[in-house]
Amino acid sequence: MKKYLWPSIKLTLLLVIVLGGLYPLFLAAVAKLAPGKGDGVTVTHNGRVVGYENIAQKFTDDKYFQPRPSTVDYNAASSGGSNKSAGNPDYLKTVQARIDTFMAHNPDVKKEDIPAELVTASASGLDPHLSPEAAYVQIPRVAKLRGIPADRLKQLVDANTKPPVLGVLGVATVNVLKLNIALDDLK
Amino acid sequence: MTTEILGVIATYGITLLLAWPLARYIVKIFRGERTWSDFMAPLERLFFKISGINPHEEMNWKQHLKAMLTINLVWFVYAFFALMFQDKLPLNPDGNPGQSADLAFNTAISFVVNCNLQHYSGEAGVTYFTQLFVLAFLQFVSAATGIAALVVVFKAMKEKTTTQLGNFWDIFLKTITRILLPISIVIALIFIFNGMPASFAGKDTVLTMQGDTVNVSRGPVAGFVAIKHLGTNGGGFFGANSAHPLENVNYVTWMTEMVAQVVIPIAMVFALGMFIQRKKFAYVIFGIMTIGMICLLIPSMQQEMAGNPEIAKMGIHQATGAMEGKEVRFGPAATGYWSTVTTIISTGSVCGWHDSTMPLTGLMQLLGMMLNCFYGGCGVGILNYYIYIIIAVFISGLMVGRTPEFMGHKLEAREVKIAALITLLSPFLILAGTALSSWVLSHHPDINWAVKPSAWLNNPGYHGFSEMLYEYTSANANNGSGFEGLGDGNIFWNVSTGFVLILGRFLPIIGPVAIAGLMASKKYVPESAGTLRTDSLTFGAMTFAVIVILTALAYFPALALGPIAEYFSL
Repeated sequence: MKKYLWPSIKLTLLLVIVLGGLYPLFLAAVAKLAPGKGDGVTVTHNGRVVGYENIAQKFTDDKYFQPRPSTVDYNAASSGGSNKSAGNPDYLKTVQARIDTFMAHNPDVKKEDIPAELVTASASGLDPHLSPEAAYVQIPRVAKLRGIPADRLKQLVDANTKPPVLGVLGVATVNVLKLNIALDDLK
Repeated sequence: MTTEILGVIATYGITLLLAWPLARYIVKIFRGERTWSDFMAPLERLFFKISGINPHEEMNWKQHLKAMLTINLVWFVYAFFALMFQDKLPLNPDGNPGQSADLAFNTAISFVVNCNLQHYSGEAGVTYFTQLFVLAFLQFVSAATGIAALVVVFKAMKEKTTTQLGNFWDIFLKTITRILLPISIVIALIFIFNGMPASFAGKDTVLTMQGDTVNVSRGPVAGFVAIKHLGTNGGGFFGANSAHPLENVNYVTWMTEMVAQVVIPIAMVFALGMFIQRKKFAYVIFGIMTIGMICLLIPSMQQEMAGNPEIAKMGIHQATGAMEGKEVRFGPAATGYWSTVTTIISTGSVCGWHDSTMPLTGLMQLLGMMLNCFYGGCGVGILNYYIYIIIAVFISGLMVGRTPEFMGHKLEAREVKIAALITLLSPFLILAGTALSSWVLSHHPDINWAVKPSAWLNNPGYHGFSEMLYEYTSANANNGSGFEGLGDGNIFWNVSTGFVLILGRFLPIIGPVAIAGLMASKKYVPESAGTLRTDSLTFGAMTFAVIVILTALAYFPALALGPIAEYFSL
């Protein structure tokens, strides 16, 4: 073992410098050319930064489209999900409460039409997206409160829907923050 | 729904397309042929010169293992102290504290052994210094360790009779400079241009649309996530791992991470055939591994896309499947695929929480880690499969009444004993660990030198048992994923899984290297009509049967108490 100790220590030091130091520094330098300059992509509205494109934020007002439930209260200084198992009785009560709340705020929606993602917590707690269906289902509420025709809102959701990659791989998503900004800009 | 499945198929297809040329490249490097990456040679020579290493000195299998274990010990000591005193080191913009001794012990071991079981959360438990100079560094070198050990076995299988199996330092360093580093840079660039953070900026504070003040953790994420997957490590930069929108931005980064984590394990299988010039042998192995993966994959995807039956009872339609602990941009099919791949190949990164997946999906995840040989982790996957081959050769030999031979060498008592011990090691570590934690939980729920065991479990009933079983299975398989609801950030779990990690890593590397080394030093027996053909489909099926029977015998009772019972109770 002794024969290998010094070579091990020296090789470790050299590799720490290259892999721990130079590699991320090189990437940080290249990232200056990328969207967000490597600091994360932000969204600006009316001249001020209102958030990060890919970090969900809370919208409590019914006049806005609402993102998925978060177990970290949309606080991006941490992240995580509920880790509740499928049959956990306490967890199922939470889901039932979310269904009831949703029904109370969206009286026009039938229960079986509520997309599962609106009553289940996301994995990161920061999921910035909804499926188009989960945005559509909120249209009657937003339309009523804002006095905007529902089909106008549907066009808005469709305009803010990002299709699957190349149209065929993966899922279509709606970014809730961008949708709500577009909603405020409808005047 | 169709586009989700197409996405999964396309991702696997891209992986295969890339694995083939990568395998040819890997073989060229370890045969010492000329490649485009020869411009790295001066740097390698400089490193060897400073370190006082002669890269042309041939080593036997024992010297390989000694060198490998020594440098791993150096990494552990370095990582342990750096993590404990990270608050006093630079690059800590968020002011995070140092780790406690037991947590630093667990974290250091976990990253040294390529596992990345994280009993801390990336946002608050480590600093940028330890993320980069300790954890990302270990992600490179631990993957290179596994590949270097496998290349020794390749060399031993190729030669007729030899004790000269190449130079550990040479194989190890070239794995980093020629394979891991260049590919990681390409992957990281894809991430960066999809908007993944890569700078050293600390937490940002923003005023949201409705006027809340929130903090957003950031950091040098892209480079970390690249090697995290390429090296089948799996440790997340953030707590939410690859479910975090800054660690896995969109479907393109999802596909990239997915390809990155499985491309080397598949390429190593192809490389095996090319290196020892027995391509059919490798194709049969690849076929068996792929069939194994598909057997685990289909139930997982089906279960996740079908949704949670308990939520269906409440009258919710779940057209998009079971969404608890999943992200909309990936969906249930992609998350199911990821959960299978990440458990069979020992990555252990997640893009949706395994704790919240359906019981049968959890069963498939546990099986994936217990088998740990369908493609498997960087290098070590084939080493695990190699042990099953040895057992299969031995049993076949008994069945036909001949002295078993493998690759032109007699397989004798010593090699079979080693293989048998390695086979028994995993069930022993997993089941003894789970039994110990269950005993502490039920008999001493109020001891307070750790967190109270009565508060360990995040879920009641069968699933609670599964949480403990999963943790030891993951530690033994050096996987690193978890049923993360388990309260594992305490002395009991840090120490007990720490020891399982060490044993579950190094013995399954030492075993195959020793067997291969011992066999290669024996007299070469040319193949004859009576030789058992190890490149036939029959032998492939035999190996598959050995794998299935050994696993079922060892784990069925524990699995019946956990995910299987849970499935029938929903």
